[in-house]
Amino acid sequence: MVETVVRAVNNAFIAEDRWRLWLSGLEMTLLITFFALLMGLVVGLFVSVIRVSHDTLEKPNLTIRILNRIVSIYVSIVRGIPVIVQVLLWSFVILATSRNHLLIGSLAFGFNSGAYVSEVFRGGILSIDKGQTEAGRSLGLGYVQTMIKIILPQAIKNCLPAFGNEFISLLKETSVASVGAITELTHVANIIRGRTFDPGPLFFVATIYLILVLFLEFLVKKMEKKLSKSDRRVKPIKRKGLRSN
Amino acid sequence: MISVKGLTKDFGDIKVLRGIDETILQGEKVVVIGPSGGGKSTFLRCLNLMEFPTSGEIWFENEDVSSYRKGHLLNAHRQRMGMVFQHFNLFPHLSVEENITLSPVTLKKASKKQALETAHRLLDRIGLIDKAKNYPATLSGGQKQRVAIVRALAMEPSVMLFDEPTSALDPEMVGEVLDLMKDLAHEGMTMVVVTHEMGFAREVGHRVLFMDEGVIVEQNKPEAFFNNPQSARLQDFLAKVV
Repeated sequence: MVETVVRAVNNAFIAEDRWRLWLSGLEMTLLITFFALLMGLVVGLFVSVIRVSHDTLEKPNLTIRILNRIVSIYVSIVRGIPVIVQVLLWSFVILATSRNHLLIGSLAFGFNSGAYVSEVFRGGILSIDKGQTEAGRSLGLGYVQTMIKIILPQAIKNCLPAFGNEFISLLKETSVASVGAITELTHVANIIRGRTFDPGPLFFVATIYLILVLFLEFLVKKMEKKLSKSDRRVKPIKRKGLRSN
Repeated sequence: MISVKGLTKDFGDIKVLRGIDETILQGEKVVVIGPSGGGKSTFLRCLNLMEFPTSGEIWFENEDVSSYRKGHLLNAHRQRMGMVFQHFNLFPHLSVEENITLSPVTLKKASKKQALETAHRLLDRIGLIDKAKNYPATLSGGQKQRVAIVRALAMEPSVMLFDEPTSALDPEMVGEVLDLMKDLAHEGMTMVVVTHEMGFAREVGHRVLFMDEGVIVEQNKPEAFFNNPQSARLQDFLAKVV
């Protein structure tokens, strides 16, 4: 028994310096997650502000109407196409000439994440009491100023726990990048499995994801607690994610 | 100072205001009372264009503002009319002093330093200077509403609109808010107050308007208004609330 484990560890990590592969895979996974989240936040914020402006303004102008149409199509596309197909499209069609794995992965998952984040943001913005907008406008602030100075800071704060969950989903989801020949963690594990002919690497990769997720969950919980304290809320508001995973 | 002619406001099929004609003079204190759903708040909110009139004119200092819908003119008009809400609407993510300085600084009406000095002067006046760095969540209802009032004052408006400023307060906190409003009144601020505080209407009001079903049914000086109501609807209303 012990011998089997030792051999599995040896095969997966030590032989042929495979730990280097693992490290590079882990690095790729974390970097893709990070940049995709960043892109998701920026895109999501932009999309949500446009959608909310369009829906709440009495008479949205032409620019907003056009932008709203574009972002609606964007959200429909992202939600309507399986992630795995999106990754294949980015890898082998849209960025077929590029071999920059980090770029492909970040764009694919950032593009995808933006749509989901925008819904989180939208909920966050709509959850802010109408009186806040009225107070801002009654003081003479414009729509955009009210949005930036009053509504968004509160909305983003309310959304932070949901972003933590998005971060976790994203981390796991990047494993799909392996179908696009991107050498992230899952891909690395699968390559090594193909060489050692034992299931060891799969157990190890599962454990690594689990540890990462547990750690992130711990951080999110801590953040929720801290936020609820400063709000004097009794319990942190939990928003359900849109994803099933 | 404010002159309203034939003001109407519809929300879809519902006619909330059915033709208001009213003139409010500089320094005048006008109190608006009436049953809920009668259009009091909507009338008030039309004055600073929080609601856009369906028809009619609103003249403010020789300027017809009723057609303003967006942009600079609209925002400039609102700066001249401070508004106080039933639910205070302080900004919970900003400290008390930031609540007060946000608008003057953002609109470049004052430098950060000047705005902060003004804020402290105003807070000192209402006895809340020690709360300057606190967040609204730590204040009582009465304190919140007083901060909301000075937040509006920081924009140096020429008119103050009060939309049921004491209706959401615990009874023991109503007094402190009314006292501040009385102070303001004595300083000569033009005020339009929607309220259920009949005592305040009697004491401070120059005129009291009774609104019901979208029109001003009756108006008079407080003395005559309360002691000698003319219309049956007002008699009925006063019998219920006083």
